[in-house]
Amino acid sequence: MTKTVLIAEDEPHIVELLTFLLEREGYAVTAAADGEAALTVLANTTPDLAVLDVMMPKQSGFDVLREARNDPRHKDLPIIILTARGQTRDRETAIEMGADAFIAKPFSNQDVLATLRRLGA
Amino acid sequence: MLSANVLSAICVGYVAVLFVTAYLGDRKARSGKPGWLESPLVYTFAISVYCTSWTFYGAVGSAARNGLEFVTIYLGPTLVFVGWLHLLSKLVRIARANNITSIADMISSRYGKSSAIAVVVTLISVVAATPYIALQLKAVATSFQVIVAGADPGVATAAGGVAAPPTFEAAFWVAAGMAAFTLLFGARNTDTNERHHGVVAAIALEAIVKLTALIAVGVFVVFGMADGPATIFERMPPDLLTPRDDFATRWITLILLSSVAIICLPRQFHVTVVENVDERQVATASWLFPLYLFLISIFILPIAIAGLSFLPAGADPDLFVLTLPMAADQHGLALLAFLGGFSSATSMVIVSSIALAIMISNHIVMPLMLKTPWAERAQSGDIRRMLLRSRRISIVAILMLGFLYFRLSSGSEGLASIGLIAFAGVAQAAPSMIGGVFWRMANGRGALAGLIAGFTIWAYTLFLPSFGPDVIFTASALADGPWGIGILRPYALFGLTGLDPLTHALFWSFTANILLFVSISLLADQRPLERLQGALFVDVFRMPGSNSHRYIQRSVTVTDLFVLAQRIMGPNEAQRMFAGFARQQGLDGDMPVATDAFIDHLERRLAGSIGAASARTMISQIAVGESISLAELTKVADEAAQAIEYSQQVEEKSLQLEATARELREANRLLKELDARKDDFLNQVSHELRTPMTSIRSFSEILLENADIDGPRSDRFLSIIHDESIRLTRLLDQILELSQMETGRVEWPLSAVNIDKALGRAAAVSEGIASEAGVQLALSLNAPGAVAEAEADRLVQVFVNLINNAIKYGATKGEAIEINSSFADGHYRMTIRDCGPGIPERDRERVFEKFVRGAQPETSGAGLGLPISREIIRQFSGDLVLLDGPEGAGAVFQVTLPASVRAAAAE
Repeated sequence: MTKTVLIAEDEPHIVELLTFLLEREGYAVTAAADGEAALTVLANTTPDLAVLDVMMPKQSGFDVLREARNDPRHKDLPIIILTARGQTRDRETAIEMGADAFIAKPFSNQDVLATLRRLGA
Repeated sequence: MLSANVLSAICVGYVAVLFVTAYLGDRKARSGKPGWLESPLVYTFAISVYCTSWTFYGAVGSAARNGLEFVTIYLGPTLVFVGWLHLLSKLVRIARANNITSIADMISSRYGKSSAIAVVVTLISVVAATPYIALQLKAVATSFQVIVAGADPGVATAAGGVAAPPTFEAAFWVAAGMAAFTLLFGARNTDTNERHHGVVAAIALEAIVKLTALIAVGVFVVFGMADGPATIFERMPPDLLTPRDDFATRWITLILLSSVAIICLPRQFHVTVVENVDERQVATASWLFPLYLFLISIFILPIAIAGLSFLPAGADPDLFVLTLPMAADQHGLALLAFLGGFSSATSMVIVSSIALAIMISNHIVMPLMLKTPWAERAQSGDIRRMLLRSRRISIVAILMLGFLYFRLSSGSEGLASIGLIAFAGVAQAAPSMIGGVFWRMANGRGALAGLIAGFTIWAYTLFLPSFGPDVIFTASALADGPWGIGILRPYALFGLTGLDPLTHALFWSFTANILLFVSISLLADQRPLERLQGALFVDVFRMPGSNSHRYIQRSVTVTDLFVLAQRIMGPNEAQRMFAGFARQQGLDGDMPVATDAFIDHLERRLAGSIGAASARTMISQIAVGESISLAELTKVADEAAQAIEYSQQVEEKSLQLEATARELREANRLLKELDARKDDFLNQVSHELRTPMTSIRSFSEILLENADIDGPRSDRFLSIIHDESIRLTRLLDQILELSQMETGRVEWPLSAVNIDKALGRAAAVSEGIASEAGVQLALSLNAPGAVAEAEADRLVQVFVNLINNAIKYGATKGEAIEINSSFADGHYRMTIRDCGPGIPERDRERVFEKFVRGAQPETSGAGLGLPISREIIRQFSGDLVLLDGPEGAGAVFQVTLPASVRAAAAE
């Protein structure tokens, strides 16, 4: 069975990039352009991985993260937080809120792939 | 015993010795090496001028009549010298700092150099001292007569009995001789410091003579006539030392009087304060002078007892000192006693007349001269000569006055108590002087009122009645009061009875004097100069170094000063002084610059010759702009005022500090806010940069690492890299542009731009996006001729940005974005209303902030559009605002530009 991934990101080019990278790893990609759309996806499906950008319109990546962790179905969902705001504060917040990994933009593709492997996904 | 001629010859010889001593003293002082002249011993001996013939002869008389009462006259000065050294030192320091010449000068100087006070104190001194001088003349004449009479066996018994009336002739020659001496040594020049070394030397010699004489007589009486102290006291009349009824009050009165007199008597002030050359002398005198008093008084009681027991009853106790040796046929000793009394009398007369002459010439003659046209005429002459002349005339006048007084009152018994009457008279100066030295608030009006009141009451209750009945007061006026008014009885003023006349007079005069002095001082304000002098006097020990009056600003030409100085000091001395000061100022010539310091220096020098009040008058005549500024007055304001001022300053400062702290807090808050906004901005910039960089980096990595990527896909990735690079560049451009506009460093070439046409162009550019979004652009251009000073492309850019924003954030399919333009009152207005939900009220403030974007998925912009647009419009002197409107009715932006309408519209 194909693994599925939710990519929540408002930058179309980044979505395209992540889709390419993750499809090559064998994921089926569902993309959401803002927090609301991401939550809709999570409400209806149980993806095997979620990549959430922090700064998105409507609901931020952190909002989505919090909602997901509150949902028993997504309790063990590996979540990678992606952000262009490179502060350590964001990294701490992300880890505290239960994210499994944190990647700062701009990143190397190797970072993404290494994180995927670490998460065993 | 001795014939009158021989005794006269001895007197002349003794006076000749005094002349030589004075001459040697003066010469030694002029040689510049004063040596023993300035020793504390000489100074102390000079102070013993206190012991006049009245104490020399009279103390024994007093002891014979009133027992130990005579001791009070020595106790007062002893108390002052031992117990109040501070006062003496302070007076000496003040006098030295201000070149004080007399007690009148001291008091007038303290109260703002008041001439009125100087005159009143001078008058009091002269009135009180003249009878006192007469008393000395009488003593010399009487003692002369006693000695001469003793030589004639026929009169010898008379000497032991009642003294014959003194001859006027003898008294006249005594007065004349003293005048000659005083003129020669007391008024030879007008020293700026009024010191008379020769006179002091002679007086010191006389002090030794009178002490030796009295002790010699005492020793002879105790060991020659009796067999030692024990036998003498065995002979003491039993009631001699029994206290009298008025023992307590009279004792207190006498001690008080004598302690005041030791400072206030003109001659005492002169020798103690004016003649002082070194403050350390005072410290020595503080024990040495009491010792002198002790020695001179120790044999008084034995002599009195011996007189009472050895001499026939009825012998005059005032002459025991002379008659005891005479009765024992000790002619040498009697002569020595005579010389002792002669010394006591002459030293008092000499110093008193010098002190009084200084006062009279400085405070009465000089001011009068300064006011007469005759003084004007003397401008070119030498005031110094006039001053000397006036001083000499004063000396002669004082002695003449004394002689006349002696002559006129010779028949009365009034002379007996004249010493104490004089004490009470000069004591009137004490409140204003002591008060002035210790009490900063004391003022001149109070001092003057106190002096006049005290003096008047003294004269009324003590001095005038002392002439005896029917001389000034009629017998009935003395007994029942003038015109029969009982409460005005001189000896029982306001019905106060039961006191002896001296205590009575002192009570009323001091009460009035002190009451007026204190109350008026408390009620009235001080003149500025008084305040200044008050501070200088009271704080004399706190003034650093030389007592410079830096608070007075005066200006005068140095030539005027020189003319003035020459008149008073003489040309040579003036030249020396001016040249000296010029050197001090570091100048080459002989003339100093007339600085404040120099004017002050000169005034003090002149004050030393003519008194502070006169010196001040003279300087004031030529100096201009003399005033004490408020700021300077605060410098000398009293401590309380300073403390108040200080605390006010502190309060003011703390208020200022508080205000500053508030401002700093506010500034700090603003800075923190700015800092936070700067951080925000940098974060935003960083975020905006990171996003395109991510695409560029990752896609290029993909292309680099995967050579097998197919053509179309690699083209796609390359085009993304390209797009993002452009986006990055645009972002940087925008940031730069905005920053330049914000700091005002942009200067576009402005030209007349037809605004409606620019708006039309922008609408055309955005037409494609609009139709893509399914909205219409409803254009309504109503200002076809409106022209603004602008840059066409920038204006179009703003309009495009506004239209695109409207499409991006406020498009509703099938509806229209309304764009309107109008012109009114010299302003072009363009509004654009989108058909979206509008901007929530809480966000309306923020839309023009950088990197703030609407909540829409298409977010290719960096959030710099609106800030840039507004900056551009502001560059054209217009404005871009978001109009208020109901929520949900679409956002309305408005551009306003100053414009004009032209017939031929520019492009």
